[in-house]
Amino acid sequence: MQSTLSLSFSPSSSAAAVSRSHTTRFSLNTSTPLNLRFCGLRPQALAFNASGNHRSSKLPSRPRSQAISAALSANGSPPKSFDYDLLIIGAGVGGHGAALHAVEKGLKTAIVEGDVVGGTCVNRGCVPSKALLAVAGRMRELQNDHHLKSLGLQVSAAGYDRQGVADHAINLASKIRNNLTNSMKALGVDILTGFGKILGPQKVQIGSSDKIVTAKDIIIATGSVPFVPKGIEIDGKTVITSDHALKLEFVPDWIAIVGSGYIGLEFSDVYTALGSEVTFVEALDQLMPGFDPEIGKLAQRVLINPRNIDYHTGVFASKITPARDGKPVRIELIDAKTKEPKDTLEVDAALIATGRAPFTHGLGLENIDVVTQRGFVPVDERMRVIDSNGKLVPHLYCIGDANGKMMLAHAASAQGISVVEQVTGRDHVLNHLSVPAACFTHPEISMVGLTEPQAREKGEKEGFEVSVAKTSFKANTKALAENEGEGLAKLIYRPDNGEILGVHIFGLHAADLIHEASNAIALGTRIQDIKLAVHAHPTLSEVLDELFKSAKVKAHASIPVSEPVAV
Amino acid sequence: MAHLLHTPFIPSSSSSAALRRSSASSGTRRPPVSPGVVRAKIREIFMPALSSTMTEGKIVSWVKSEGDKLSKGESVVVVESDKADMDVETFYDGYLAAIMVDEGGVAAVGAPIALLAENEDEIEQAKSKAQSPSSASSSASSSPAPAAAPAVEAQSDKAPVKAAAAAAPAVASTHPASEGGKRVVASPYAKKLAKELKVELGRIVGTGPLGRIVAKDVEAFAASGAAAAAAPAAAAAPAAAKSGSGVELGSVVPFTTMQSAVSRNMVESLGVPTFRVGYTITTDALDALYKKIKSKGVTMTALLAKATALALVKHPVVNSSCRDGNSFTYNSSINIAIAVATEGGLITPVLQDADKVDVYTLSRKWKELVDKARAKQLQPHEYSTGTFTLSNLGMFGVDRFDAILPPGTGAIMAVGSSQPTVVATKDGRIGMKNQMQVNVTADHRVIYGADLAQFLQTLSQIIEDPKDLTF
Repeated sequence: MQSTLSLSFSPSSSAAAVSRSHTTRFSLNTSTPLNLRFCGLRPQALAFNASGNHRSSKLPSRPRSQAISAALSANGSPPKSFDYDLLIIGAGVGGHGAALHAVEKGLKTAIVEGDVVGGTCVNRGCVPSKALLAVAGRMRELQNDHHLKSLGLQVSAAGYDRQGVADHAINLASKIRNNLTNSMKALGVDILTGFGKILGPQKVQIGSSDKIVTAKDIIIATGSVPFVPKGIEIDGKTVITSDHALKLEFVPDWIAIVGSGYIGLEFSDVYTALGSEVTFVEALDQLMPGFDPEIGKLAQRVLINPRNIDYHTGVFASKITPARDGKPVRIELIDAKTKEPKDTLEVDAALIATGRAPFTHGLGLENIDVVTQRGFVPVDERMRVIDSNGKLVPHLYCIGDANGKMMLAHAASAQGISVVEQVTGRDHVLNHLSVPAACFTHPEISMVGLTEPQAREKGEKEGFEVSVAKTSFKANTKALAENEGEGLAKLIYRPDNGEILGVHIFGLHAADLIHEASNAIALGTRIQDIKLAVHAHPTLSEVLDELFKSAKVKAHASIPVSEPVAV
Repeated sequence: MAHLLHTPFIPSSSSSAALRRSSASSGTRRPPVSPGVVRAKIREIFMPALSSTMTEGKIVSWVKSEGDKLSKGESVVVVESDKADMDVETFYDGYLAAIMVDEGGVAAVGAPIALLAENEDEIEQAKSKAQSPSSASSSASSSPAPAAAPAVEAQSDKAPVKAAAAAAPAVASTHPASEGGKRVVASPYAKKLAKELKVELGRIVGTGPLGRIVAKDVEAFAASGAAAAAAPAAAAAPAAAKSGSGVELGSVVPFTTMQSAVSRNMVESLGVPTFRVGYTITTDALDALYKKIKSKGVTMTALLAKATALALVKHPVVNSSCRDGNSFTYNSSINIAIAVATEGGLITPVLQDADKVDVYTLSRKWKELVDKARAKQLQPHEYSTGTFTLSNLGMFGVDRFDAILPPGTGAIMAVGSSQPTVVATKDGRIGMKNQMQVNVTADHRVIYGADLAQFLQTLSQIIEDPKDLTF
């Protein structure tokens, strides 16, 4: 740590010292003064170290902001004083995270929302789906006679009330929505109702009214809507998106799910637990693209094959017609490569889970000369918006699904916090490889960093070796106590220096287990160090403990033996 | 792929001598030593030992299917050991000729699970080898079973395929959802079941929405198919239609195996000194309870079995039997056998530990047993372990009858229908109550009149106040 820090400082902050040491090197050839100088530098480096290492790049960012303000005054357009320090367009999880952090940093903050507070995640996404998945998980347990019997349990036939399940999801969403609203109100964040439209630099119109608000910095956090490929007719009843499915207005006998990513997979878990049969339609050659192949294979073996699910891969749903006049939902499938008609499905319902499209239309981006790419707002690694000439738009940032970097609620929030750090004078770049992701099936899937093929490709390109370690949930006491030994944790790492490149978990509570790995990646903790950390026994966290311990790293632990602590 | 293991491919013993020689000189093709003997190089793939403690492994999935070309180092099969799932790769090039243990099947370590042919011509030969039980018994004495089982399946597999081709046009018009029979519309679970039960979907008439084939269609077809399995597949359809219309008068039809067994048992029962005690039980409370929990899948049969079992707990002697004429055998568990009429016979599926298992589970179990009985798939322990038998003809309106005691048990209870009856009560009033008559036949060597009387009194108390049935 020390060595890297002092290295990064040497070019900028200690120019004088360097030049002086040059002179000393020439004049005095003894080692003593040199040592003294370096001793003088060291505490400085350590002081920076203590205050957080993002400071290291603080200095280079300053001149840039000066240049920006100069350019602004040349235009003559920026307002003299602002209504707010920070204005966030969109009160989803990303906007909320940014607002809270902005208040903590002492910024006068407002948030603009044209729909409901909470955005997709809270109202039509992660939150209500977790309510349905919680029900699904319990139904699965109660229906699994074999599993119950092996625990010595007897349960009479489990059943469910559809409206009751739907109400649970709706109630959860409204509860979280209220929590979010109240947390912002309590902190003094102004919630402005209406769709935000950018009129010019640092200027936003709220709704169709004449109300115009100015702010020093603006964050676009407008999120996304379900993406519906052309040829598919959504009627909201038999051909639906996740928006409708979360209301659980009916549980079809047979539902086709178009797309086998996170959303499709989670809904297949819900629907099969509630008694539906599911047919996946996947455009790629295998189910669950995007997951580490090995995890995907195991997940298919556990989440797809034994359930009432079949699938068509390598096909597009070219046309989907809703059920009407006593006819079922019709899905026409064409080969993904040759575009030849391949098959037709007749099912009771179809759920379109083909991903999400950014919601950036009507945002007034044309007023500041920004052209979206497939709807996404182009940004640099600091979430600064880039205009059509490839230049940064001053004081404008875009986070979350609207920029498409990583379409996850917590990624949006992290990006928002990163932006607030920047506008309050501390440069910060979010490491997206440290952002974990999870799929809440039963059991869960979680991941952080690179997949094995990605890591191998990177290793080949950059010339380092890549190793893989694996542990099974079958060897974990707690998992066996729960009778849930099905699962795998996989670590992809560099054996030379112990860097964690990726961790993938499939098994009981995988979504909660991933954070030890994602935190290690975010903080740069190496395997040789983390493997010495202690895990309570017996817990599922020992799966990761074993995983780190089974890695074969050549480097030794960097933490020196500390003072003994009396207990 | 850290844990990849190499399958120990070992030349099969049936042609081992020739094989080893030819494998040693794999490049040069030697003419056969003796004409007429085909020198096929067919290797057996064995269940590998994936850990030191592993004794058997489960085939999780076959990565390759029959006929696929394999090259050295490719994953062929995923095996679940006592510790983890592992990909097993081949050590040789060749073709996966025959899979001997299907997905989900278990084989002992060292038992053959598939055959590998060196070239395509040998696939057929390998297949026939897989079907002949001799290859399994000669090569792997440790586990002939997994090899023999798929062989049988493989043979029966072929018949439906041929039959389906012939039957398809006739059935086609009955699928409104199938575009004139061009394709079969079946739900995912129906497809899965059809694969498991080895049923050709094209032969099933769907009863789901718009003629879709759903799981119960497949189950029904498989059950009917099992009954007709003995007949040639092609003739099965018309034959089934005729047998439904009745028996041919004036003919002598020999007993089936099951009917012979019934006959033997009935004659044997004459050697047991039996007597009968009857009782009238009011069922108003039981009927009310049944009405209440019927929606949860509870059946009257399960309720009666449960009530009987609870009464037997208090009167163990009625659950005993006399095996040798010299002693009481007090049975440790209360297993209620219930007589079921099946096509061409009578069988008594058993609800085991009926006193301990709750009535919901009993109901489910009973449904499962009846389905199995109809499909003739009951295992011996599922019909031969009864300690007390129930026979219920109430559903036909029979108000009373008596039953013959099955040999080996102590008592059987004949249950009549529950009927509204005008009853005079002790205080001189007249009222209407639902009543049913039960009649117990028992072996008087172990069970005496007083025993039965007390048992029946307890039973009637349980039925008239049935709160304990659902605990």
